[in-house]
Amino acid sequence: MSAKKETKPAEKAKLALYWAASCGGCEIAVLGIDDKILQVADAFDIVLWPVAIDAKVRSIEKMDDQSIDLCLFNGAIRTSEQEYMARLLRQKSKVLVAFGSCAHEGCIPGLGNVANREQIFQVAYHDTPSTVNPDGIIPQEETEMPEGSLYLPLFYDTVKTLDQTVPVDYYLPGCPPEPERIWDALVAILENKLPAPGSVIGAETTVCDTCPRTRNEKKITEFKRTWEIIPDPDVCLLEQGLVCCGIATRAGCGALCPTVGSPCIGCYGPNAGVTDFGARMMSALASVIDSQDPAEIDRIISEGIPDPIGSFYRFSLAHGELRRLVANGNGKVQDPALETA
Amino acid sequence: MNRISIDPITRLEGHGKIDIFLDGKGEVANAYLQVPELRGFERFCVGRPAEYMPNITNRICGVCPEAHHMASTKALDALFHVDPPPTAKKLRELFYSIFFATDHTTHFYALGGPDFVMGPDAPVAERNILGVIAKVGMDIAGKVLKMRHDGHHLIKMIGGRPVHPNWGLPGGVSRGITEEQRAEIEALGRDAIEFAKFSLQLFNDIVLGNPAYVDLIKNDAFVSHTYNMGTVDENNHVNFYDGMIRIVGPDGKEQAKYHAKDYLDHIEERVEPWSYLKFPYLKEVGWNGFVDGIDSGVYKATPLSRLNAADGMATPLAQAEYERMYETLGGKPVDHTLATHWARLIELLYATEHWVELATDPEITGTDYRTLPTETPDEGVGCVEAPRGTLTHHYWTDERGILTKVNLIVGTTNNNAAINMSVKKAAQGLIKPGVEIKEGLLNTIEMAYRAYDPCMACATHTLPGQMPLEVTIRDEDGEVIETLSKNI
Amino acid sequence: MTEETFEPKIVAFLCNWCSYRAADLAGTARIKYQPNIRMIRVMCSGRVDPDFVLKALALGADGVMIAGCHPGECHYLEQNYKAMRRFSMLKHALRQFGVEDERVRLQWASAAEGVQLAAAINDMIDKVRALGPLNWPAKWSENGRVEAAIERIPEEHAEAMEVPA
Repeated sequence: MSAKKETKPAEKAKLALYWAASCGGCEIAVLGIDDKILQVADAFDIVLWPVAIDAKVRSIEKMDDQSIDLCLFNGAIRTSEQEYMARLLRQKSKVLVAFGSCAHEGCIPGLGNVANREQIFQVAYHDTPSTVNPDGIIPQEETEMPEGSLYLPLFYDTVKTLDQTVPVDYYLPGCPPEPERIWDALVAILENKLPAPGSVIGAETTVCDTCPRTRNEKKITEFKRTWEIIPDPDVCLLEQGLVCCGIATRAGCGALCPTVGSPCIGCYGPNAGVTDFGARMMSALASVIDSQDPAEIDRIISEGIPDPIGSFYRFSLAHGELRRLVANGNGKVQDPALETA
Repeated sequence: MNRISIDPITRLEGHGKIDIFLDGKGEVANAYLQVPELRGFERFCVGRPAEYMPNITNRICGVCPEAHHMASTKALDALFHVDPPPTAKKLRELFYSIFFATDHTTHFYALGGPDFVMGPDAPVAERNILGVIAKVGMDIAGKVLKMRHDGHHLIKMIGGRPVHPNWGLPGGVSRGITEEQRAEIEALGRDAIEFAKFSLQLFNDIVLGNPAYVDLIKNDAFVSHTYNMGTVDENNHVNFYDGMIRIVGPDGKEQAKYHAKDYLDHIEERVEPWSYLKFPYLKEVGWNGFVDGIDSGVYKATPLSRLNAADGMATPLAQAEYERMYETLGGKPVDHTLATHWARLIELLYATEHWVELATDPEITGTDYRTLPTETPDEGVGCVEAPRGTLTHHYWTDERGILTKVNLIVGTTNNNAAINMSVKKAAQGLIKPGVEIKEGLLNTIEMAYRAYDPCMACATHTLPGQMPLEVTIRDEDGEVIETLSKNI
Repeated sequence: MTEETFEPKIVAFLCNWCSYRAADLAGTARIKYQPNIRMIRVMCSGRVDPDFVLKALALGADGVMIAGCHPGECHYLEQNYKAMRRFSMLKHALRQFGVEDERVRLQWASAAEGVQLAAAINDMIDKVRALGPLNWPAKWSENGRVEAAIERIPEEHAEAMEVPA
């Protein structure tokens, strides 16, 4: 909103919400602010929100640069169309927020970085048992039909986060961010009470601090899978041997999952000052293993955590230091198109 | 040829674009609905522990994560060969009924509803929940908000979070409910039944009471004679959580009825180079192209399909509405795609009635909410009805329960071919030589898509500004130069 | 750089009290070891966060060594056991990422063990040289296809007709 000397009705600020490689959960979370959405509608003209409004991409392309006051961008970047939209909205927006875990860290789509395009296509379009594809058809960027060409965007080998694609002004963590945190962030934006540009808008402690369970001393001699035990409802889940990511995860949700008996899975990403969530989990879990014998330590880890990437980088693989894995592990640079599964 | 591009299609979950090609005479030569996204769940879930799947597959869709969570949890039951105790099954079904009611509410009021209520070619600024509210009154806004709020509040109470619950395990769920929670669930359920009845009355008044809308529903441009798929219980009544899959042909006759785990005997998927989304079809009938009819394997799995594939509803109020719909539209099966909106509201009513039935079941507050698995996992299928279609999860693991293979057939995927056909037929029916092509006409074609995909929960976007609001404008010295207010 | 002239870059984190002094000893005793290693002194091997190792690899290191006091001899009593456990956890993850075992190594060395540390360093450098460059940042390049694909998008949009409101 602008302040002018002449009396002129205040023009509404412009708001855009867009989704890239995402699931729609962030849209639902925005609606979770219930009737406060009326205040948002009063403060903003919503110029793009495909889930709700019939505005098309063309109308955004025609807008002036920086004419969108606030863009809440959720979703990771894994196609050329998504990168195009990220660049377009960065150009047209004053403030660009990486909204939710996908835009912030890659989230579940980021798990795609255990594979590449060829491997994903191989499974989706050839290998799944219900697929019948004798001619080996795979989706193409351009297909000639009798009537004209049909276009699909390029599907990348590696998922990127929003800040690996364009400069980002703020991050709102969570998969999805809880409605209370979304409202807090919107108020902070409207009142211009934001932290330094480039910051995460969020708490500066871990989920443990907000967890209702009792915590004593952690001495783990065995990690358990969630289906192996019915945990005590009052005691810390990690102390009972379940891999709970609360120790490394930024607070903000209110420890909702431990409240219903499920270990935290880390969807709010790392705490302030931490860049690689997985490294923090590895460090923290290793600290509480109760053994000094190398062979036993190896056994506790390999038996109890059969999938380190899935356990430690479930939401943050694309944003971790290594960003992705390589299939054959010989370290040599290869054209991903030649990599075999 | 001239090309019209609708990009992106709106008021639904997910990404898509429609390309319509016009020949030299101005007739529609063809139309395609392309899905330009893929994330690769079937590949990147390989190597993950199976018990992670209810939380990973939640993120396939943030509008119906509960559907994936439930299909996944049931797949884990099958994978670990463990049968949940009765309380766990009832809790899951209660949770699921609440979710279904919430999801169907938001689709009708925010996604599909505005087209029906405002008219398909109303201005873009009005063609959303804002316009609906202005037309039907602010009272509705409060009811819709309450229904959505209550639904997500209970989903959070039972499953942990309002979006992406974390609750399902092989053999049960992670926590039960207390008597206090049960009482609240029951009370809100009774409110929800009233809301569902009210919604059907609204549909009756605004849509069925308007001859122009009835004509639109019956317009041949929106008719599609395909097979219909849905899940039914032992009485052949619609059930969202469990049962057998039933397929009924365009002639109204049962083509197949099978256990979910045998889906591979009935469904195949084909690939087109112009879409990232595959096209399932019935294996026994075979693929004969993008055509409907009894000799084409194209099928639909939508609320209307579920009602077509069943013999009735399992609860009394919904059953009465079911009978009324078929009587009004000339018997079974109903092939008018836009009638899906009506079917959806009938399902909403059933979901709320079933919600209260389960909330008043004596076993619902039981403490037996988990059975620990004892057998070695190998392979399992879990299936539920997602609001937008039959949802199947199929997992294979090694002896440690680490996934080696995953197959998913997601709700809307079932409808991919039918959606393309509906869009093409609508385009051909509405775009003719001499007809001016305007944005509103294109939106009418989009309605052919919207009827299929209810998986969007965005009911309360841009309600009209009736909130009291005061804005103070200051100059650079902080002096107030103007104060504006509204509704104060 | 061709394979024949590849010289690995190894980053090493050495603890102040034992292993860094061993490296000093190798220096003053003029014990030769290959120059491919870059040493960073930390107060204790327990200070080494897995993130240091991952960051080094992500920024182009071909290998990382962590060196500390022998178990039971840590200046801070038990923190090298923490290093041992963190190392085990990290290796477990790195295997899944596709980083070969030889590239990340935990080496105990007391202050008197200049000869032994030099030998371990040479051994590691030889092994990593044989493996070849890691060049991790290249793994997320899209091989130059992205810009062309993005440039096509406005062209594709322009093929469709403008439709009035």
